[in-house]
Amino acid sequence: MLTQTSILRVVSKLLIPPIMLFALYVQFHGDFGPGGGFQAGVIFASAFILYALIFGVDNARKATPAWLTRLMLASGLLLYAGVGVVAMLLGGDYLDYSMLSSDPHAGQHLGITLIEFGVGTTVAGAMITIFLIFDGRLRAEKED
Amino acid sequence: MAFTAYSLVRLHNLFAVVMLSGIYSLLAAVLYVVMDAVDVAFTEAAVGAGISTILMLGTLALTTRMDKENKLIDPVPLAIVTITGALLIYGTLDMPPYGDPSAPVHHHVGQYYIEKSGEQVGPPNIVTSVLASYRGYDTLGEVTVIFTAAAGVMALIGRSRRRKKKGDKT
Repeated sequence: MLTQTSILRVVSKLLIPPIMLFALYVQFHGDFGPGGGFQAGVIFASAFILYALIFGVDNARKATPAWLTRLMLASGLLLYAGVGVVAMLLGGDYLDYSMLSSDPHAGQHLGITLIEFGVGTTVAGAMITIFLIFDGRLRAEKED
Repeated sequence: MAFTAYSLVRLHNLFAVVMLSGIYSLLAAVLYVVMDAVDVAFTEAAVGAGISTILMLGTLALTTRMDKENKLIDPVPLAIVTITGALLIYGTLDMPPYGDPSAPVHHHVGQYYIEKSGEQVGPPNIVTSVLASYRGYDTLGEVTVIFTAAAGVMALIGRSRRRKKKGDKT
């Protein structure tokens, strides 16, 4: 795609690792500052999409094959719902994180971290999946 | 913002429309920052201005760049839109002014969350504790919506491609 433009290649190569790092920061720092799973997932996916735009979707597909993004998509939601079930098994209400640990505060913190991680995984998986499917469709139509 | 919205409606070049909608989202994000809703602004900037613009561009690549000429003005949708808009504006007349401390929003559960979330949940960011803990069900629902959206795209576009491939092989 845009592989010939060396400025774009160099700049995006420099930018992609900080974007991913920033996504993780937004993910795990959401308790203290603005941010959380939704934003982190989108930022992570945008780093991936930038890579795909500059270095070609084939290389990106090698980095994250379709089964991986689909696994992310499903496992994030499962993690979220699973935390609720675990809380229920431990004697609390569904999605009541206070039961996850002996100290309610620690339990809440653990629960929120886990479900935010689930949210982030699902959002990133969804965005990357949709992007890859669009590309696949485009290719299929070009072949016809 | 109003100018961007007006151009959005009038333009026929869909590429420009997508770009303008990205700009509109960015302006909305700025507005949210002004209203001290940093979390919402963050989401709007990342999702509205970033990802959805890319996805819309992808859709454009799949379909066409120019809008179909449609000069006819259909009176029924126009009437519905006008009436709904008028009703919405009429509704805002009853709303308390922005930042009014006696507004009902500040006296329902909001007060309770602000006072109690520190000891009941813990994280300093109240938005996070409301989203993830007090409103855990809602957030679970939102994640399910995103999951369903991706699954729907997979079923609609992803599958037909595989079927085509199978057809090629046989």
